[in-house]
Amino acid sequence: MIRKVVLLLIIGLFLSACAPVKPWERGNLARPEMSLEPDPIGAGLKNHIYSSKEAASGGYGVGGGGCGCN
Amino acid sequence: MKYFALIFLFCFSLVAQADDLSGHAAPAFSVAALDGGKIDLSQLKGKVVYLDFWASWCGPCRKSFPWMQEMQKRYGAQGLQVVAVNLDQEVAERDGFMKKLGFNPSFQIGLDPQGKVAENYHVKGMPSSYLIDANGITRLDHPGFREDNAAHIESAIKLALGV
Repeated sequence: MIRKVVLLLIIGLFLSACAPVKPWERGNLARPEMSLEPDPIGAGLKNHIYSSKEAASGGYGVGGGGCGCN
Repeated sequence: MKYFALIFLFCFSLVAQADDLSGHAAPAFSVAALDGGKIDLSQLKGKVVYLDFWASWCGPCRKSFPWMQEMQKRYGAQGLQVVAVNLDQEVAERDGFMKKLGFNPSFQIGLDPQGKVAENYHVKGMPSSYLIDANGITRLDHPGFREDNAAHIESAIKLALGV
């Protein structure tokens, strides 16, 4: 029991090291290669083919990049 | 067991909370200027300061630059000083942004690559701007920049200047 409590405490103490990325530190996250879809034209083509085949469209992707500012 | 819960809560409380600065005294700062000098908020006392935090990788920041140039031109004589603090960690990226801008900003550009000033101002997004009146009180705490919000910020600037 005591050992488990100590272990949890140690994990808890390290949680503060998992600080969220500050808004001004998102330079690397804002790079195009960090976006969910790095090739928008290719993705458009793929989605077009996919929706033609499936006779249904939508439901893929989200808006915005990683920097939280666009 | 009680202490365990307390320490556990303490761990979570270490994550800083964002809060609105408007109505509070603007935190003092002194940063290096892009042109080689220094920008000190205390030396700008008596002026209305539009403090903006920006970075080269941020799209809306690019859009805000021509607007800040216009504000400086329009209200500079009435006592407005625009200070745009850059938060880029890479010098080359910042220089690239300045080159691509196509004009030489007539307002002041400060450098805070470590983000220390941004930390003190609890910057919540990029860009973030703060309107500081002649007495050093923050009048406006505005995250982001959109062209349709610009008129609202301009009216706050006019109000702070009394024009």
